Formats: sequence, structure tokens, C-alpha cells
Amino acid sequence: MRSELRPLALVYLGLLALLALTVAGSFLPLGHASPAVSFGIAMAKALLIVWFFMGFRREGWAVRLAVLAGLVWLTILLSLTLLDLLTRNWLMPHFGT
Amino acid sequence: MTRSGLVEEPFSDPEQQRRAALFGMTIFLATEILLFGGIFAALIFYQAAHREIFVETSRELHIWIATGNTVVLLTSSLFAALAVAAAKAGNGKATGWLLGVTAALGLAFLGLKGWEYALEYGEGLLPLAGGDAKLGEPGKRLFMDLYLMATGLHAVHVTIGVCLLLFIAARIATRATRMPEQATTIEVSTLYWHLIDVIWVFLFPALYLVR
Amino acid sequence: MSETVTGRGGSEEASREETVNETQSERVSYLRAGHTLRSWFFTTDHKRIALLYLISVTFFFFIGGMAAGLMRTDLLTPQGDVLSNEGYNRAFTLHGVIMVWFFLIPSIPNVFGNFLIPLMIGARDLAFPRLNLLSWYIYWIGGLFTLWVLLAGGVDTGWTFYTPLSSMFANGNVVMAAAAVFVVGFSSILTGLNFIVTIHTLRAPGMTWGRLPLFVWSHYATSVILVLATPVLTVTLALIVAERLFGLGIFDPALGGDPLLYQHLFWFYSHPAVYIMVLPAMAVVSELVAAAARKPVFGYWFIVFSSLGIAAVGFLVWAHHMFVSGMSMYVGAVFSFLSLVVAVPSGIKVYNWTATLWKGHISLDPPFLFAMGFIGLFVVGGLTGLILAMLALDVHVHDTYFVVAHFHYIMVGGTVSAFFGALHFWWPKMTGRMFSIGWGRLTALFIFFGFNMTFFPQFILGYLGMPRRYHVYDPQFQVLHVLSSAGSTILGFAYLFPFAYLLYALRYGKPSGDNPWEATGLEWTVPSPPPKHNFDEIPVVTREPYDYEVEKEGGA
Ligand code: HEM
Ligand SMILES: [Cu+2]
Repeated sequence: MRSELRPLALVYLGLLALLALTVAGSFLPLGHASPAVSFGIAMAKALLIVWFFMGFRREGWAVRLAVLAGLVWLTILLSLTLLDLLTRNWLMPHFGT
Repeated sequence: MTRSGLVEEPFSDPEQQRRAALFGMTIFLATEILLFGGIFAALIFYQAAHREIFVETSRELHIWIATGNTVVLLTSSLFAALAVAAAKAGNGKATGWLLGVTAALGLAFLGLKGWEYALEYGEGLLPLAGGDAKLGEPGKRLFMDLYLMATGLHAVHVTIGVCLLLFIAARIATRATRMPEQATTIEVSTLYWHLIDVIWVFLFPALYLVR
Repeated sequence: MSETVTGRGGSEEASREETVNETQSERVSYLRAGHTLRSWFFTTDHKRIALLYLISVTFFFFIGGMAAGLMRTDLLTPQGDVLSNEGYNRAFTLHGVIMVWFFLIPSIPNVFGNFLIPLMIGARDLAFPRLNLLSWYIYWIGGLFTLWVLLAGGVDTGWTFYTPLSSMFANGNVVMAAAAVFVVGFSSILTGLNFIVTIHTLRAPGMTWGRLPLFVWSHYATSVILVLATPVLTVTLALIVAERLFGLGIFDPALGGDPLLYQHLFWFYSHPAVYIMVLPAMAVVSELVAAAARKPVFGYWFIVFSSLGIAAVGFLVWAHHMFVSGMSMYVGAVFSFLSLVVAVPSGIKVYNWTATLWKGHISLDPPFLFAMGFIGLFVVGGLTGLILAMLALDVHVHDTYFVVAHFHYIMVGGTVSAFFGALHFWWPKMTGRMFSIGWGRLTALFIFFGFNMTFFPQFILGYLGMPRRYHVYDPQFQVLHVLSSAGSTILGFAYLFPFAYLLYALRYGKPSGDNPWEATGLEWTVPSPPPKHNFDEIPVVTREPYDYEVEKEGGA
């Protein structure tokens, strides 16, 4: 158990650092890059949690694949839905709503 | 999932049983990702459609309470991970305590969240009867509707997680669950807890850091 | 190979009106392992849960069928003379909700998948037997909500619950109906999860991935969809309920909300859901075709990968339901293309089945007639799907009877036929008794003809412009509507036949023996009905799947 303490604590500190970074970043005038930055940091935090806290670094491919599938399918949902919105009035204004 | 330390009916050895339990839980986590996925889809879709008003409304939220709450949840995840290490090492007592601390941090999260709701209600920002005085502008109301749905659904998950952890901690205290034979129980239930944390990690920028 | 004891033994049983005679296998089977209600309602045996599901989905099938009967009666004349406008809306809504979520989605997976997957892979049960039972209870909680809606006067939004109709204008029991579907979704998720874990962890020694029966592969693909699609429906329904109950408008145009977002979320679930309904039917047909032809299936891996392909690509086509909704037409074009792509794996399957039958000694026993019916009707449904998937053509036939005919060809002609095929094929395994082959054949024929007579005219109706969901229509459509209603009467009666002869067989049927169709597969190596724990000893698999001995002499 002792041997686990150190790496886990380090990951924890990393998570706090990323949190500080993302909050600080939100006060900078990043403009349209801002969502990308905060989302990227969230992704990094999530990876740390999944890989170390949830112990996925020790598990087999099936377990990893399950969560990965959730993410990939979520991406499908988000991207194709967004694509509709972003191209709705493209070249032909007010064709749709 | 494992009621007794023994191998249960359809399984033939403990390792097979452990793999099944962990795999079952991760599949469940995938369903949770897509459950919140519907809400994230709405958030992203409307953020693209109504950017200005969403940024403006997001700035009115209590970012410092939310940041504090993020720290609370991240800390709870650390304790949950330590609980698994303790369970695997066969230290039942430590496992119970660590789970207890995790659950307590979960309760702290809920408390802070409740306080935040109360503040918003007072400021006329919460889309509930009597608390929505400042939500006249349509886009603002839309954002706060989403905010309430997202955080509400998340809070329901935290509540379930707290109950689950307390239940297991109590069973360890009464020696109904033993370590390390049933460490899988701890692994499986903390996986759920970590996922709640991960979802918050994404909700936090999607709601509070819209810029 | 079956040890049938046909004495009039067991007089104490006879006095309780059990069976006239009882075979040795029946005496030790799962059916006799406990006679109390408790032993059924708290069972964790996958075979008993399968039977609980069989009874439950049949019940809902008949309720949904009654709603359809009402509609077809009303449609006999151009005026609405049986139902009010409101009543008609409620009838088609309940018909859709019940048939989709309480019959089609659970039908084959929860009955036959439940019963057969452990037997086919050489396991004693599913990985999580208690979750399996829980899923049945959750199904019934959802079912009771639905029945409540029915008694409380129904709901009138259509099975699609489109906003803002459902969230702001509909005046039926929308919240309760949404709750019913919300709840039953968890039952789907648990089933899918259970199947996936079972197939991964509980295969018998030697049962490699390449030896899995296609039935299992197809259920695996189905489970992936169940698990990944259902949660999105769950949250979408929750959003509608929040809007209706608490005024949290998420799709409300007055707030800047977009009803098309609702449609995206709904169809992200519901197009994959149509594959949840048809993949298990394909699972059944793959087994039946091999058994009918007594040949190994042609192109095993092609069928496997087409199932997986359907599960994946099926998620990329949803917006073909929204071509005329005001969505971006560029996205429409993308979805149109992807929808044509998804037909490829389905086509591959049809070719493989046909190639399997090619030059086989095709048996015309009832299960196989149903399988043949499936192939034909599925082809019609699939090809009309291609017509609908073409952006320009869909503008003409969207929201007409053409669409109604399209999906009924697949879901009723296809899936329901496969359900009956499975019922006839595995009935001897589940109950130990053989039914009347003659009646079975007759039923298969009646269902096929009744079905075509009901739904083929609807293609023409739709093409001529008859909109769906209307009960007052232009008199020029009456002939075709009468034809359709007449066909539905035949179909309705044909669906009742099996009730009689299958139940009759329970008591008076001949003991079927372990393997009445001389099929391959582990489930045919255990007694009929199987013992409680399936296998006395977990089998070791050494043979390839479908290793039928191809007969050399006298080809077709
Ligand atoms: C071969 C692949 C398929 C294609 C390309 C296809 C295409 C389509 C299209 C484009 C529509 C929308 C028509 C419209 O509303 O204007 C549609 C509707 C529908 N399809 Fe299919 N389809 C296919 C297979 C299936 C399968 C396998 C099922 C069911 C098991 C199915 C069930 C449905 C249902 C239920 C609807 C109508 C939904 C509603 O509006 O109520 N389809 N199909
Ligand atoms: Cu579709």
C-alpha cells in the first residue's frame, strides 16, 4: 500500500496543477481558442484519473475498449450534430431555420 | 457483485469472476458517458448557436465555489484510489476508513453545491419558481436550464455514489465484507466514483469556463 | 439418443394436471426444478427468465396488436368512424410505443438470447444472473407505466415524442409514457451489458471467437448497440420530462432552443434501435438457414463482420429521418450517402444466406419457412430503405405510407417472422415437446400472405401520396386501404394459430428428443428440456461451427 501512495499523490498534485491552469486560462483573453484550451486540459485530467486512479494501466484491452467505445460514440454524436448546426445556413442563408 | 468471498454460480475461478465484474462495470461506465453525452451535446450545440449570451451568463456563475468543489472531488478520487490499494493489501480497516473519507468528501461536494444553488436562487439566476427574476432574456434562461439539468443529474449520481460507498464501508466495519478476498467489490464501486469525478471534470469547463 | 419414457407414470403429477406423460429428461429439467411461484419469480436461471420474458412480450404483442386492429378498422372508410381524431392519434402512439419498446426490442434477445447464449457457448448461466432477473422486473415496471397510460386515456405524440408537440402542446399522458420508455431502457442496458460480459468471459474451453455460433455474434453486435445507444434516449426523455414538469425548456424555440436538436438526439438512439430489432432476427435466420440447408454457412466471417459493421455504421446514419426537417442540406447529403453504405453489410448477409441454401437439401419444416419468409421480406424492406435514403426521393415519400410499409416490412415481415421461426425451431428445446408440423407450415404461409396483403398496398398508397398518421383520407385511397385491412385480418388470425398448437403440444405433443432438427450447436447436445445447470460437465469444444456433413449424392 505504501508503494502506491507516492505515485497516486503525484497524480493528485498534477490534477490540482491542471485545475489551476484551466481556471487561470479562463481569465486570459484567449478568444475562440478558449474552449479548445479548457477542453484539452479537461481531457488531460480525465486521462490521469482513468489511467492511474482507475487503474486502467494495469487492466486488459477489453476494459479499456469499453470506455473508449463510449468516448468514440460520444464523439460521433457531438460532431455530426454540430455539423448540422454549423452548415445549416452555409452558402444559402436562411435555407433552414 | 461478489456477495461472499466464494466464486459464484456461473464462474469457475475467482480471476474470471473479477474480470467479469470489472468489465461489467466499465461497460456501465460507457453507458454513463453517453447518458451525460446527451447533455454535453445540448451544451455544445447551444454554445455554438448562442455564444455571446452563454459567455455572459457563465460569467455570472460562482466560479470559485465550483473550483473548490472540483478540488473536493479530485481529493475524494485520491482517497478512493487509496482505498483500492488498501483493499488489495488486505487492510480492511484502512479500506473502510478511506471509503468513509471519500463519501464524506462527496457529501461536502453536495453541501457546497446546495449552497451555490441557494445563492443563485437568491440572485434570481435559478430557473425555478421564485428564483428566476433575472432570467428574462431567452438565451440566459436556456443556459441556466441546461446548467440545472446537468448539475442536477450529476448531483443525483454523487448521491448514489455516496450511498454505495457508505454501504460498503459499513459492511467492512461489520466484517460482512472481507479484504483482500473481496477487493473486487472496492475496485468496482470506486470505478463508478471516479467516473462521477471525470464527468465533473468536463462539466466544470462546459458550464463555468465558457469564454 | 433421447431417453423417452412414455409410460403413464407419475400419477400424482397427472392428478395435478401437469402432463399426460413425462420423459426422463423432463423430470430433471429446469421446468421441474421447483414448482412454486417463488421458484419462478425469484429464479436466476436464464432459461426460466427467458420464459418469463416470452410470456411478457407475447402479452404486449397482443395489446399492441389490438391497437393496430382498431386503426385498421377505422381506416376501412375514408371518414373516421370508429375512432375520434384524438383517439386515432392515441391508438397509433400506443401501438408504436408498445411494439417498439415492449415487444420488438426485448423480443428475440431477451427470450431466445437469454435462453440460448449460455447453452450455445457452454456456460451454466449468464455472467450476472441476478441482474438478468432485475432486468425483467424493470421491464415490468416500465410495462406497468405503459398500461397505466393506456388506462388513463393514452398519449398522442407518436412513438417519436417530437418536441415541441410533446413538451408544450400534447395533452395526453406524455410524462407517464416517457417514464415508461425511460424505465424500460434500463432493462435493455442491463441485458446488453450481461450478454457482452457473458460472451467475453464464459465461453467453454475451445469455444474460440471463430467457433461462436453466428447467433451469438449477432447478439454481441446487438448488445453493443443496446449499451451505447439507449443512454442517449434515456437522457433525452429526461429532458422532455423536465421541460414538461418543471418548465426547464431545453428544446423550446422561444428560448432559442432547437427542436431539431431533439430529433438528433432521438434518432441517434432510434436509428440504431432499428438494428437492435433486426440484428437478433438475423441471428436467428443465420442458424435456421444452416439447419435448413444442412450445410455450413457460407462466409462465416463475412456474416460476423457484417453484424459488427452494422452495429458501427448504424450509428452514422440517423439524420436520414430528418431530410425534410430544415436540417442542413449538406449534412443531409452526407447522411444520405452513409445510409446507402449501411445497406452493404445487410446485403452481404442476404447473399451469404442464399449461397448457403444453394444446392442444399432444403427442409420445408415450419421454422425454415419462417426463415425463408424473413429473407424475402427483409429484401423488400431493405431495398425500399435505399429509396428512402436518397435525399431527393425521400422528399416525395417522407411521412407517407411508403415509410410505414418500409419499416413494417423489416420489423414485422422480418423480425416478427424470425421471432416465430425461432419459437418453432427452439420450442422443442425449451419444452421438450414437438408441435404439429402441418399446422406450423400452414401458419407460416398464412403469415407470409397476410403480411404482404396488409403492407404491400401501403407502398402504393404512400407513393400516391397518402400521408401517415391520418385517419380521414381522400376516397381514391379506399380500395387499397380495404385491401390492407383485409390482409391484416388474415395476419391477425395467423398470429393466433401458434398459440393453439404450441400450447397443445405442451401437453399432448410427442417428446421431441434432444435434436429434432439434427442441427449442430452445443444447445442440441443437452437434453430437451435442458437440466437446470445446462451441462453436467462444461463441454470442451473441438469442432468448427456448423460442421454439417454435406451429403454428396444427388444435389438439387
Ligand atoms: C437497409 C438499410 C435501411 C435504410 C437505408 C433505411 C432507410 C430509412 C429512411 C431513409 C427512413 C426515413 C424515411 C422518412 O421518414 O422519410 C426510414 C424510416 C424507418 N426505418 Fe428504415 N432503413 C433501413 C433499414 C431499416 C431497418 C433494419 C429497420 C427496422 C428494423 C428500419 C426501420 C425504420 C423505421 C421504424 C422507420 C420510420 C421511423 C418513423 O418515422 O416513425 N429501417 N428508413
Ligand atoms: Cu433510420
